[in-house]
Amino acid sequence: MTKETLIPKIGVVTDIRKDTPDVKTFRVVGTDGKKLFQHMPGQCAMVSIPGVGECMFSITSSPTNEEYMEFSIKKCGCVTEVIHALEVGAQITVRGPYGKNFPVEEDFKGKDLLFIAGGIGLAPLRSVINYVRHYRSNYGKVVIVYGARSKDDLVDIEEIQTEWMNEPNMEVYLTIDRPQEGWDGHVGFVPAYVKELGLDPNMTAVLCGPPIMIKFTLAGLLELGFEKSRVYTTLELRMKCGVGKCGRCNVGDKFVCKDGPVFRMTELDELPDEY
Amino acid sequence: MFKIAKERLNELYAKINGQMGLFIPVKKAGEVNYEVWREGKEVSLETLKTVKSPKNMFFPQTENMMKFKTEGKNLEIIDVRGEKRPFVLFGVKACDYKAIEVLDKVFLADPVDTYYQSRRNATTIVTLACSKPEESCFCSVFGIDATAPQGDVTTWLDGENLYWQANTEKGETLTALVKDLFAEGGEAEVEAQQTATKTIIDSLPFANLDLSKFKPENLNELFNAAEWQEMSEACLGCGTCTFVCPTCQCFDIRDFKTNEGVIRYRCWDSCMYSDFTLMAHGNSRTTQMQRFRQRFMHKLVYYPSQNDGLYSCVGCGRCVNKCPQRLNIVKVIKTLGGKDND
Repeated sequence: MTKETLIPKIGVVTDIRKDTPDVKTFRVVGTDGKKLFQHMPGQCAMVSIPGVGECMFSITSSPTNEEYMEFSIKKCGCVTEVIHALEVGAQITVRGPYGKNFPVEEDFKGKDLLFIAGGIGLAPLRSVINYVRHYRSNYGKVVIVYGARSKDDLVDIEEIQTEWMNEPNMEVYLTIDRPQEGWDGHVGFVPAYVKELGLDPNMTAVLCGPPIMIKFTLAGLLELGFEKSRVYTTLELRMKCGVGKCGRCNVGDKFVCKDGPVFRMTELDELPDEY
Repeated sequence: MFKIAKERLNELYAKINGQMGLFIPVKKAGEVNYEVWREGKEVSLETLKTVKSPKNMFFPQTENMMKFKTEGKNLEIIDVRGEKRPFVLFGVKACDYKAIEVLDKVFLADPVDTYYQSRRNATTIVTLACSKPEESCFCSVFGIDATAPQGDVTTWLDGENLYWQANTEKGETLTALVKDLFAEGGEAEVEAQQTATKTIIDSLPFANLDLSKFKPENLNELFNAAEWQEMSEACLGCGTCTFVCPTCQCFDIRDFKTNEGVIRYRCWDSCMYSDFTLMAHGNSRTTQMQRFRQRFMHKLVYYPSQNDGLYSCVGCGRCVNKCPQRLNIVKVIKTLGGKDND
């Protein structure tokens, strides 16, 4: 039987965690209690509330989690607003996985890895970071720089503080945009912090966050001597089908849903500036 | 090759219709479009261009995809498709046939779009050679021979007869069903018509458009061309070009609440619309110039770059005839296609 790509599966929300004032993480399994499908870090899925709409989200959980999938979703539009109102036990639909993953089994292997995220941009990176932690010996040193508007906007801070910060050969640097009571960590924007840290330019870097952060952080990395061919990011454009047919996420001769969302900076250089 | 006298064509339609569905150009309220054939409808094979292309036979303008039923917290997904009855698509011109090849490369590429595929598999396509191409036609620019379209069956029509030649197994099967209406012969008449038509095609005003600049390696240069601004200035963003275009395939997927649950359907969409790329956090194409550019870059550069040089324009000329602002792909080709357009 041909695989139906546009017909979703039913997912059950088994846990909802409020990460920040506008980000919640939803744990989802199939109606049989099992994980809906396998994926690789960086891949996405179409999540929908029938009657409201369907949207593409990155799968936040690591593929090494055999029990469930997680989606960290920021409330910012008409579908995410309804998703945020869901309660545990709610049924939604999920289809996927879609897109190209981070080259965790190819280019990343044996490399020192630098992850830079801003705000909800941590969502797709959490999948890679936890994958790398699971297969720790396959990778070198890991450095994570993560920033948000305030300490309350840092997504998944508990896992970061209790697990990531205690992982051997893994450094975590957090920053918030403005000083705040109860925060004794770094204050300042991600691009500036990255430059201050004087990072080793031989690392393979992965960036994810708002376009303005990506732009200035990339410039900073290039100044530090990073090579564009070893810097990766993910793009986000409107999607309907997820399989390169509906035409929406077309940029140049690429479809973000199918040829991305993960792109090397050198690949982005070849694309017209329209994303 | 077989032939059947023009005045007996109704018998042919009736015979096909007795076995399977028949879609054919029918004149209604002054416009010709593909419709289900019924006795008494005014078939118009002579009309060169149907208003809408036959793409909606495989990719309907709106199509229900699935239904969701909710009982308490439980959600159920119901596939609403039934078996597709075999049907014949009759009278497809060479340009529109080529357009189906363009659509196939999108919808039948892995992962296959099963909604499209089931209709496609159920269809036998009978093409009809052109004998009176119009000034807005430029299929020859894309290497299409309007006098010898492919398809499961190719037909030619002159003042006397319809000539019939099966090309594929599906075509042979259809031929066997209707063969007792046919007489043999017609090669000489077809050849004479082809020669005459080719003379017209060679003299058409857009017969010699230069496409040589539209190459993947020129993608960014073409994208950044200053001319897009002026070319697109009059564009209203009405989307007419995308709706009449036989190769435009962008679609939307939406949900519709009914008393019996939620219907998820898809419908044609247009890259010419401002909300096509609108997201909660922004829009990647905010101006009509960007949307206009996207449509033509996709047809002439992006699509060919993804599909071994095959253009996603077939020169049918519908957009030339239908744009309320007289903008069209010919003007874009003339402006950016290459130096021989001067």
